[in-house]
Amino acid sequence: MSIFKLTATAALLLTAAAARAEGPGLGQPLEAADIPFYATYVKPDGTGLPAGSGTAAQGAEIYAAKCTTCHGATGSEGPVMPPVGPNDVWAKPAGSYWPYATTLFDYIRRAMPLEAPKSLSDDEAYALAAYILERNGVIDAETAMTAETLPAVKMPNHGNFLDVWAKQGATPW
Amino acid sequence: MTRSDIDSAALDYAAGGGLLSRRTLLASAAAGTAAGLLQPRVARAEAEIPEWTKAAGARARGYGAPAAAESAVQRAIIEPWQDVAPAFSLSGTPHHKLRGTITPSGLHYEVHHGGRPDIDPARHHLMIHGLVERPLQFDLDALERYPMVTATHFLECAGNSLFNAIMPEPMQAGCDMLHGLVSNTEWAGIPMRVLMEEAGVKPEGKWVVAAGADGPSLARSIPMEKVMSDGMLALYQNGERIRPEQGYPMRLLLPGFEGNMNIKWLTSLWVTEAPVHTKDESGEYTEILADGSSLQFTFAMGVKSFITHPSSTMTMSGPGFYEISGLAWTGAGKVAKVEVSADGGASWAEAALAGPVLPQALTRFSLPWHWDGSPLVLMSRATDETGAVQPARADWKARYHASNFLHYNAIQPWQVTAEGAVQNVYL
Repeated sequence: MSIFKLTATAALLLTAAAARAEGPGLGQPLEAADIPFYATYVKPDGTGLPAGSGTAAQGAEIYAAKCTTCHGATGSEGPVMPPVGPNDVWAKPAGSYWPYATTLFDYIRRAMPLEAPKSLSDDEAYALAAYILERNGVIDAETAMTAETLPAVKMPNHGNFLDVWAKQGATPW
Repeated sequence: MTRSDIDSAALDYAAGGGLLSRRTLLASAAAGTAAGLLQPRVARAEAEIPEWTKAAGARARGYGAPAAAESAVQRAIIEPWQDVAPAFSLSGTPHHKLRGTITPSGLHYEVHHGGRPDIDPARHHLMIHGLVERPLQFDLDALERYPMVTATHFLECAGNSLFNAIMPEPMQAGCDMLHGLVSNTEWAGIPMRVLMEEAGVKPEGKWVVAAGADGPSLARSIPMEKVMSDGMLALYQNGERIRPEQGYPMRLLLPGFEGNMNIKWLTSLWVTEAPVHTKDESGEYTEILADGSSLQFTFAMGVKSFITHPSSTMTMSGPGFYEISGLAWTGAGKVAKVEVSADGGASWAEAALAGPVLPQALTRFSLPWHWDGSPLVLMSRATDETGAVQPARADWKARYHASNFLHYNAIQPWQVTAEGAVQNVYL
């Protein structure tokens, strides 16, 4: 092999390595089964929602048992960011201000209650989302929240947001 | 000759209220030193020798701590719902008790939405998955073998200075409470681009949803463009492993972006085609404008500054010379200039910036000042390299709904009273 060919081979190998990464490549394969639910997020179109269902009536019982201390007796009192609005405490109540209802399910499931996050079942998270939405007048009392009905909920404040990143990127507002 | 005896008429003034030329202190300090040498007040024979100079000192120790006399230099704890939700807990850096620009790790601000987790580093790992060619996971031992970079950057909570933003009357508190949710650190870690390229981002992967290993698994959608340009997986904070308060054993660093996006206790990077509208980008970190509509994905922090010396809750020690000193920063890059006023904004003088001025990092400014003892208002006004200037509070308030307390970057006025008290005021 000539010097020229050796150099060309080396250059090819280097290019291949650079295309892969500049690091030592020590990442281990990650199997889908090893990815916990909180490493993803339910998307606005409902992708990622699990099976299960819950109604506002079911949610009211869970709410009374686990949520009133922070969010108030009916969800509009607080003190902590009451999710039912309008209220005098928090201008951005989750059940009416947030642009997508899917976020309610995901956030409740991953983060609530504050002292015992990830302790609620999927059915309970659906029921609490239903309760909050019903209390905000966004859904009626009969409609159970499921993987089909939750993403179909039209949030009243949807469309009232300006995407600053899309408008001007990393330039501060 | 005392400092206040200097003939104030002969000084080189730069603006009203006694602001002096940036070169003034060199000459006056030299004069003061000479005067002191000529007038020793205690004869040598009577000099007291303190006991620590007559004894062996303490032995070396494995990990140092601040002097005992400095034990009052603490973060200010802010717990808005301490009775019902104590894990929603904040603390502010006491900037009025610090100098320089690097925040000591133990005084870095905290904002915890669900408390500070106690993570076993041997069981913690980072996942990269979603729209990638090779879903990967990394443990701390593997990450330790990657080439690392070092960079100094501020972190600022989007809610920093919230009391000034929403309280009808100015709260009388120190810089720790008023502006403490900003800190500055020398971070070391791995460029995010290296790890993302190892996993192989698919062309349709335009966003990354980063999640922490804390109780609430705080998650934010981040543009791939930012992650790949200057995102860092930070492992070290001021030379040592990241403190638990700041994300041990690893956090995401996105220079210039609002604090909560710099996910602490980072465990997952999920590549998606679009943002997923997590809780924190749906309500908690959106800003309602004056017309009732809202801003979403407001990532970069605006240009900002405040005077740390003197500042609210401090007391002046009589008329005479002082050095006005403070901090300035911008999420848009570098600070270009800081102007100081000592007459409530009627006139301004440009302060000196302590170099090197780094992008997305706290910059120390200073200006000599001769206070004649009369009441006045001190202010600082920063301009960044894009030409953006801090607004007056009234102008900032006019843009937003009355409830908004996020991304407040208005000019901070400090009232100095005739008695020498320094107070928070709105102008």
